[in-house]
Amino acid sequence: MRGIISYGAYVPYQRLRREAISAVVGGAPGRGARSVASYDEDTTSMGVEAGRLALRSVNRRVDPRACWFATSGPAYLDKTNATTIHAALRLDRDAAAIDMGGAPRSGMGAWRAALRGDGPTLVVTSDIRTGLPASVDERDGGDGAAAVLFGGDDDGAVVAEHLASASTTEEFLDRWRLPGESRSQLWEERFAETRYPPLAEQAWGEALKRAGLAAEQVDRVVLTGLHARSVRRVARGLGVGKEAFVDDLSATVGNTGTAHPGLLLACALDGASPGEVIAVVSLADGADVEVFRATDAIEAFAPIRTVAAQIEAGSDALPYGKFTNWRGMLPIEPPRRPPPDRPAAPPSTRAEDWKFAFVGSRDRSTGALHLPPQRVSWKGGAQDEMDPAPMADVPGTIASFTVDKLAYSPSPPIVFAVVDFDGGGRLPIELTDVDVSEVAPGDRVEMTFRRLFTAGGVHNYFWKARPIRG
Amino acid sequence: MPSHGIKGQVAIVGMGCTRFGELWDKSADDLMIEASDEAFASAGTGKDDVDAYWLGTAMSGMSGMTLARPLQLRGKPVTHVENFCATGSEALRNAAYAVASGAYDVAMAVGVEKVKDSGYQGLNASGAATDGTGRTLTAAAMFSLVAPSYAEKYGVDPDEIKEVLARIAWKNHFNGARNPRAQFRKEMDRDAICQAPAVAGRLGLFDCAGVADGAAAAIVCRAEDAHRFTDSPLYVHALSFVAGAGTGSLDPDYDYTTFPEVVATARDAYDQAGITDPRRELAMAEVHDCFTPTELVLMEDLGFAERGMAWKEELAGTFDLDGDLPVNPDGGLKSFGHPIGASGLRMMFECWLQLRGDAPEQRRIQTDSTRALTHNLGGYPGEMVSFVSILGTEPG
Repeated sequence: MRGIISYGAYVPYQRLRREAISAVVGGAPGRGARSVASYDEDTTSMGVEAGRLALRSVNRRVDPRACWFATSGPAYLDKTNATTIHAALRLDRDAAAIDMGGAPRSGMGAWRAALRGDGPTLVVTSDIRTGLPASVDERDGGDGAAAVLFGGDDDGAVVAEHLASASTTEEFLDRWRLPGESRSQLWEERFAETRYPPLAEQAWGEALKRAGLAAEQVDRVVLTGLHARSVRRVARGLGVGKEAFVDDLSATVGNTGTAHPGLLLACALDGASPGEVIAVVSLADGADVEVFRATDAIEAFAPIRTVAAQIEAGSDALPYGKFTNWRGMLPIEPPRRPPPDRPAAPPSTRAEDWKFAFVGSRDRSTGALHLPPQRVSWKGGAQDEMDPAPMADVPGTIASFTVDKLAYSPSPPIVFAVVDFDGGGRLPIELTDVDVSEVAPGDRVEMTFRRLFTAGGVHNYFWKARPIRG
Repeated sequence: MPSHGIKGQVAIVGMGCTRFGELWDKSADDLMIEASDEAFASAGTGKDDVDAYWLGTAMSGMSGMTLARPLQLRGKPVTHVENFCATGSEALRNAAYAVASGAYDVAMAVGVEKVKDSGYQGLNASGAATDGTGRTLTAAAMFSLVAPSYAEKYGVDPDEIKEVLARIAWKNHFNGARNPRAQFRKEMDRDAICQAPAVAGRLGLFDCAGVADGAAAAIVCRAEDAHRFTDSPLYVHALSFVAGAGTGSLDPDYDYTTFPEVVATARDAYDQAGITDPRRELAMAEVHDCFTPTELVLMEDLGFAERGMAWKEELAGTFDLDGDLPVNPDGGLKSFGHPIGASGLRMMFECWLQLRGDAPEQRRIQTDSTRALTHNLGGYPGEMVSFVSILGTEPG
């Protein structure tokens, strides 16, 4: 039996209220809010966060044999982004890490490949969706990531068995974007509305046939696609009741594109009971359908953090000006400090476990923790008597903090704290996802993987601390 | 700390110091020539009679040629040293050891920094290629952690600490206003200091040292040769230096209310000089007031005040120009300005003026003591280098 062993979804902390958009650019005030990747997040860093949740939610450690990363907004071209996720998750050296980039459909393609492959395979999907100010994509898009760990019984407890797949494909212009452009273009929506429904119905029918199920036997349906009109129309033709559809999170998150099937599947699995049949239908240049059935193991499965909890924990105080600045639409005057140097390749590789996975070293004799790792202990002076100390999942407490209004940051000011980790160890480190007026010594924090800045065309990935919420 | 010191073996026989400030019209070369010329003149000697040179600069040049070229030193050993903001002190320390060892008869330490050519505010260091995980905070942010920790540890209201810090800034501006070589020569109103915009945490603009260009120089020889150059030399009673291992950022017990490296150098220097009660035995002290909370903590780390009491002593005026122990009578980094490579030598220059009775009357200290202390640090709380010297008019 091959299926889903674990999953994790990541919704960034920042939200933009849609009425904050219309307040600046006009138009009818939108309802609800969309999720926003912070200035220090990109599709790779969000993918790492989703991947961490997926791997941590498994009862016993599973070592994926492959990591496939799909996004329509890769942080790098030519350089594989999945290798960063591979490093941050400390996957085995002989596990492949491969990007599947370009169109949102590549996310469903990665699932399909993982379902047909063997060994535990982690599929990470991630997107930052936006467009020009006042566009529908800006308003209705969302940012987020999802990770699904596929595998068989030998790899771990399968919580959702895979029953069937089906796809249909047609070449037509619905949405497209030239490389380097900041917005997608759309053909008149009524055209694609004639193409998607028959594609979806055909794939849906085929998938049900292969699964040996009738439509009414499907308990939950994840139906998603960036072409909203088609999604609405297809929903009426699947032969399942309204109550079966998983909330598309348009009011709270927005459509996260490549990540959305995974994000909504996570919602469905967060509340699934044994025996429940869950179908995922994705409309993107055709239709892809995957059908799963929750197993008894779903009852024992406890996600580290549910999607609902993350939606609840967000902050919607983000001003529209800051959002447009973060998305590169509104450049602002930088601080009068020299921009940082780009991180250098050889030291970054030598420090891979530290930089990407937040692994320090611990002195065997005294237990003294070193962040970053050191060869000679600060306590007792023992040399080369250290064990690796993975600290990414260890929470800490703020001992002291400050706000630096002068230091360089892509989004000043820097909020900075001295963090004491549970079980010993200290690191003075930058905070993120914080409202400075609410920070206080004694606050609890957790580590999060971020892109500190980009210099000389190189993204500088490292870790920050953020308040524990939800 | 097993340090033997060179008490009484070395004398400073000539010193020079430029005006500090935003010296747009002067190059580092100009500043080194100016400080050196003044030092040569005060020792009644010239560049050819100095056997070896130590140049301290953190970011204004590399190699001894940075000094050899502008001064046109021919066939002289010139050593470039760098040790963060204690670079100037490090130059003097090495020059002093060179003559004490007998390797040279006369040596000179020159410290210079040209920071205002960078085009940016504040200090900017760039170093070796890295993995990008190091902190990029300003020094102000790192030192802004001190005052809240101090206030909490000793149960002082944070607003009261703010008043204390403002008084430190006020004192150093008061002194600097009486110093024609200082960057800022204006007394500051304490309310204005408190109301200045925040730079980091609760540290305001006037809690921070001035960023300045400048140079200073000292000529040293063995004590027995001192009177060949001057009737009133300044003897080196102690030199102590510690480069921290950076444990403050690793050790959860470090609480940001003391600088262990400073405590270590103070203890070592007092041992070398035979000082047991620094507050009584010293005429004055020049300390590294890069930020006002730094000076507050230094008063305790250097043994001028009991633990937890420095804030009261500051309010009581203990460290004022006419106080029990004048601290930073020249205005300190706060108002004299802080050209990194020059600051350590600038501190000694004030001792040179004060102990020999050459300080301008309006800031001359009244004392029966013959010894003074300089304290110079570089880095951040928990991870710093520290230097302490004791200088005196008696051979010791």
